[in-house]
Amino acid sequence: MSLLSQSPETRNEQAKPKSPVATAAPRKINLNAMMVEGRALIALLLIVIVFASLSPHYLSPDNLIIMTRHVAMNAILAIGMLMVILNGGIDLSVGSTVGLSGVVAGMLLDGLQISSLNVLAYPSVWVVILISLAVGTLVGYVNGVLVSRLNVAPFVATLGMLYIARGIALLITNGTPFSNLRGDEALGNTGFLAFLKAAPLGLPMPVWAMIGFAAAFAILLNKAPFGRWLYATGGNERAAELSGVPIKRVQTRVYVLSGLCAAAVGLLLTGDLSSATPRAGEFFELNAIAAVVIGGAALSGGRGTIRGTLIGAFVIGFLVDGLVLIGVSQFWQQIIKGAVIIVAVALDQMQQRLQQRRAAKAALASSSGPDPAPAAAQP
Amino acid sequence: MDTATAPARTALLSLRGVNKSFGAVNALTDIDLDVSAGEVVAIVGDNGAGKSTLVKVLAGVHQANSGSISFDGSEVQIADPSAAIGLGIATVFQDLALCENLNVVENLFLGQELAPMRLDEVGMEVKSWELLRQLSAKIPTVRIPIASLSGGQRQTVAIARSLLGDPRVIILDEPTAALGVAQTAEVLDLIERLRQRGLGVVMISHNMEDVRAVADRIVVLRLGRNNGEFDAHTVSSENVVAAITGATDNVVTRRRDRLQDRATADSEPAGPVKEETR
Repeated sequence: MSLLSQSPETRNEQAKPKSPVATAAPRKINLNAMMVEGRALIALLLIVIVFASLSPHYLSPDNLIIMTRHVAMNAILAIGMLMVILNGGIDLSVGSTVGLSGVVAGMLLDGLQISSLNVLAYPSVWVVILISLAVGTLVGYVNGVLVSRLNVAPFVATLGMLYIARGIALLITNGTPFSNLRGDEALGNTGFLAFLKAAPLGLPMPVWAMIGFAAAFAILLNKAPFGRWLYATGGNERAAELSGVPIKRVQTRVYVLSGLCAAAVGLLLTGDLSSATPRAGEFFELNAIAAVVIGGAALSGGRGTIRGTLIGAFVIGFLVDGLVLIGVSQFWQQIIKGAVIIVAVALDQMQQRLQQRRAAKAALASSSGPDPAPAAAQP
Repeated sequence: MDTATAPARTALLSLRGVNKSFGAVNALTDIDLDVSAGEVVAIVGDNGAGKSTLVKVLAGVHQANSGSISFDGSEVQIADPSAAIGLGIATVFQDLALCENLNVVENLFLGQELAPMRLDEVGMEVKSWELLRQLSAKIPTVRIPIASLSGGQRQTVAIARSLLGDPRVIILDEPTAALGVAQTAEVLDLIERLRQRGLGVVMISHNMEDVRAVADRIVVLRLGRNNGEFDAHTVSSENVVAAITGATDNVVTRRRDRLQDRATADSEPAGPVKEETR
């Protein structure tokens, strides 16, 4: 009856023949991971091929730069959104934060009335930019504290901040945009628009910003302990906590980063429009979420990459601009965009199920697998 | 009841009169426990006997209401999980607390990454192999996500992670509960290797066969109290079962007697605890 006495034979029986499966398992998974990103890349290539064949202007350098400029703003928002989604949350307030930070910049350039001191202050351009970024970061921090310390559901907390940030932007402007952003030589606050409209090496400032944000956040995710902790909290929060990961701090920080990204987009958009309107950035959060999801991230957290998110942003941007270029009606544009998002996520789910089944099989095979040959298995 | 006295060796971890209550419910009452270096102590008991509470007190998840805990000769307070780890008490929880989306190395070093400036991936991988080799672990590669590993391999990774901080006592909560036959044997081998390395091992288990296979001493809890301590090499299963259920006359023995009365030559194992037939 002793169960134990059976175990040695069982182990020996299964030990040898299964070895190829066990060692092959990691390679298969890498292939799958490549396919998750590859799918979005294939979609992007298809979009480019289809629109290039329909319109000769689609692939002209000028149009490519214009489209990339549109992509860039959404991509920066999506990178911030990816941080939150990796944590298993969602940030609905980014569109409003875009509007608020732009309005704050406009207000500061217009002259800040400090009534108690009876002073009209004109901060320099760099101070304006820093304060605008700080305002977005503050909105993110409030989101983070609401979610991590007060345990408000991310959807609800950021939905509330969506209204609050937009309301503050409308209050500041009284509903009308700041359109005088030129500054005044005498006051020393010129150059704001010049900076945002600059195009070093032929690439517009939003594209440079996208490259910078993508590089910085990729390093943060892959080379810093913070990135590791973020993936861990999204994968298994309790395990991360028991391992000593400061999960509350990680959670707060992802919303701060998202707010910072949104504020940067707010500045870039203000430069694009040459005016700071309180309604800027409405519904931007939806495009950002779509880009993250198309890029292969899981809304449940723990899975997603910067590269995938960038590709997702390009898919949406190149698709929408292509539809505009060939003159598809705006109503159809909405329907097509929606369909692309749904197909992307449905395919992703199918692939996940396939991957899980394969992983389960590999686990079964390697469970009683061979003694390790670590030296051989190491890359 | 052949209750063994405290071990001859000086205990590394020792509890005296530990109480823990949740409101009006006394989960632990006057618990004594000794664990020496190089010794496997099994804690057994029925559901609700206080095994999990005892683990959580030792791991720092719960704090004892009264009683003393001494570690390495001096009295200590275990205020939170990091305090337990700091002392050198590592706990492997029943659900293992691994992140399935991270690979083996990432899990081993989670929360204690080697990162002078940025993550030292090579250093962590080398140290991972070192640890896993010490445990003779059967893991094909350390860059494989936990989701692709079997139950036994996951248990190995969880144990390897607990060894990272060079603990002196390791607590395993139901290490074999979710495992098949072969994987159970692997984990039992692993526990013996931990003992050879001179660690004190506390093992919580429901499975009497596993307990008798690796444990040196068996500590029985019943209704939150100590209810016997046995030398695992000599004690009979009946005595342990009797201590677990609280009497020699209980539903388990009655059932066995009834079966024997039916004059069957081979009596079958009965009741919640598996027994060896002789």
